Amino acid sequence: MSVSFGLSTKVSPRRHVLDLDDFGPEELDNVLTLADAMAEVLSRPIKRVPTLRGRTVVTLFYEPSTRTRVSFELAAKALSADVVSLAAQTSSAAKGESLANTLRTLQALGADLLVMRHPQAGAPYLAAQEVDMGIINAGDGAHAHPTQALLDIYTIRQHREQIGGLKVVIVGDILHSRVARSNLWGLSALGAQVVLCGPPTMIPTAWNAALNPSEGGCARPWEGAPPVAVEFSLDRALEGADVVMPLRLQRERQEGGLLPSLREYARLYQVNAQRLSRAKPDCLVMHPGPMNEGIEISPEVAHGPHSVVEEQVRHGVAVRMALLYLLLEGQS
Amino acid sequence: MTLRQAQGPAALLVRHARIVDPAQGLDEVGDLWLESGQVRGIVLAGRLLGMLPPAGIPTLDAGGLMVAPGFIDLHCHLREPGFEEKETIATGTRAAARGGFTTICAMPNTRPAMDSAATVEFVREKARMDGLVRVLPIGAVTKGQVGEELAEMGELAEAGVVGFSDDGRPVASSRLMRHALEYSRLFGLPVIDHCEDLSLAHGGAMNEGAVSARLGLRGMPAAAEEIVVARDLVLLALTGGRLHIAHVSTRGSVELVRRAKAQGLPVTAEVTPHHLTLTEDWVLGPPEGRGRGLSSVAYDTNAKVNPPLRTQADIEALLEGLRDGTIDAIATDHAPHDLVSKQCEFGEAAFGISGLETALGALLGLVQAGRLDLSLLIAKLTAEPARLLGKPWGTLQVGTAADIVIIDPEAEWVVDPAQFASLGKNTPLAGQRLRGRVVGTLYGGRVIYQVPKIE
Repeated sequence: MSVSFGLSTKVSPRRHVLDLDDFGPEELDNVLTLADAMAEVLSRPIKRVPTLRGRTVVTLFYEPSTRTRVSFELAAKALSADVVSLAAQTSSAAKGESLANTLRTLQALGADLLVMRHPQAGAPYLAAQEVDMGIINAGDGAHAHPTQALLDIYTIRQHREQIGGLKVVIVGDILHSRVARSNLWGLSALGAQVVLCGPPTMIPTAWNAALNPSEGGCARPWEGAPPVAVEFSLDRALEGADVVMPLRLQRERQEGGLLPSLREYARLYQVNAQRLSRAKPDCLVMHPGPMNEGIEISPEVAHGPHSVVEEQVRHGVAVRMALLYLLLEGQS
Repeated sequence: MTLRQAQGPAALLVRHARIVDPAQGLDEVGDLWLESGQVRGIVLAGRLLGMLPPAGIPTLDAGGLMVAPGFIDLHCHLREPGFEEKETIATGTRAAARGGFTTICAMPNTRPAMDSAATVEFVREKARMDGLVRVLPIGAVTKGQVGEELAEMGELAEAGVVGFSDDGRPVASSRLMRHALEYSRLFGLPVIDHCEDLSLAHGGAMNEGAVSARLGLRGMPAAAEEIVVARDLVLLALTGGRLHIAHVSTRGSVELVRRAKAQGLPVTAEVTPHHLTLTEDWVLGPPEGRGRGLSSVAYDTNAKVNPPLRTQADIEALLEGLRDGTIDAIATDHAPHDLVSKQCEFGEAAFGISGLETALGALLGLVQAGRLDLSLLIAKLTAEPARLLGKPWGTLQVGTAADIVIIDPEAEWVVDPAQFASLGKNTPLAGQRLRGRVVGTLYGGRVIYQVPKIE
């Protein structure tokens, strides 16, 4: 028995999900609608449909992960696909096998779709050139994390009718953040006003409008791209915010000279209750996880009434199910 | 084919050629008489330079095509000894011949580095045995090119190097660069610096700018180059000596060199064909593939080079620098790599573009677009590099070596790295259609390359 999900036929099938920068608003809506249907499956006592039975999904993670990897595994299993998970350090990659050869081997072993996370930006694009199977990017260096952005958008949609017109503030090490980039493309495509907030050492110089004179105080990441607003002051950024998304601060940034100390970062940029009072009363607080409580987010906000962090994690499975379906079944 | 095997008559008459020789201010149709490896006479409409060619000698009909002095490349990586999987002197000089270059300067970042007479002699001997064109060695500035102690410049000068460089790396220590400039004055040879502040550029894979921000790649800011250019110029004022700035790539660097020249400092500079024609956008893949999102050919490692491809504003400044003499010469920085070094993640890939065989085609695009004068272009590839070397080449003046390139400026061709003589197939121009190509190259009057008749 095959289960079909209502899919818009206006959107042409895609082979990969490498980033959100090539998703138009219709396709984003499509995925979110599909995720609704998947969420319904996950609400049943038996969280399983046979849709992808007989298909093999391989996850290949060159970086550690809890939520993303488990989320993909559960998503694949909920659709009855076979899942094999590879951590690179226990695979032959540890013997020096190249990414390309690893992928070709997995394809030869019968993988239908690959979910990969890699520390080097661009690795999934190299992968897409080397093999025929579909690829979902679970994070490539500082470049993209499309499934995170999709579940973030999906979560916002549960609380707000429209993404368009919302003020979404992303706070932290924007320079090194794939979550910030993918959210920027996805949210802007749906008409949100995205504000990037962090210390100047952590904002790409090209997006700092003050250094690159362009329209209305915003820089455009590339020709035809939506404008990016940058704000160094967290207090100013949070004025009237609908959503605030602090990013995990990596401790290595202090060693890299980008910050004098984590203490100072917390004093200037921690999302806490006092700062949050400047945002809208029903402002959502999100976090891609894992959280450094006490650094980028205070414990009270992390677990407080504004926080939807646990919802995000839950929605991650539904959104990833939607993508697996789209890439493996959506071709017909 | 090596030079020793190159076929050719002792005398040759090149007829019906459009002779372009900026050193003599020539751009007119005529015949060129070559004999015993030298230019003996040029017959132009209405005047004769040198001697009249005798009757009955072998003739090459240039059919109206352009004939210019063989190009001189001040900056080239032949990889031998040590990295023969990337290139050898044999394959590199064949690539040079295909590109119209009859004299190339070999950078010393071999293994072992060219920091001793022994290695320099090895390269010279290999070039004599296996090479197809004239190879001039460049010696290292520091022992092993590790930037700690000066190499024995005296020994290197005696061995015939034409300059000193640690290219691939800067001379990071200002104190050491000062000493290198001072000491090199003994030999009248330039110190050629690869200007890069390693602490700023550290870990960078491409230009720091809009594309690196989008791609999530660490960038190398223009400032990293400009800081060391500025430092070198300040040191030059202190020490005297000769400074040559390798592969200038930014607007700021051009301005610094311009000001220094205006102050009379003995600095010269070169620029590569890729920095004159390609922007950082090429990391996204070739223009036809760029759409709304990143195509699967984004993160093209063939566009990964040091210094990196920059912006259109930098290109404009570099072209202006060529026009007003701030930049003296065009040099390819031919940097061949094996496939394994390039077919990997962008951050891991080696830096470098294999450029000898596409240089002319890419540069003629600038002439066709009206951005660069043909005569200026040819001068920057011939007379100007010769002037910097202090050698009598780069011209078709009567009595000079018969090093000649024959160019068809209209011939359209598609860049196919599989056809390269170079072992380095790493070019972002793969598959691109260029207009203008080298159809024949002569070295010492002998044909060392000609395009196959049937394409």
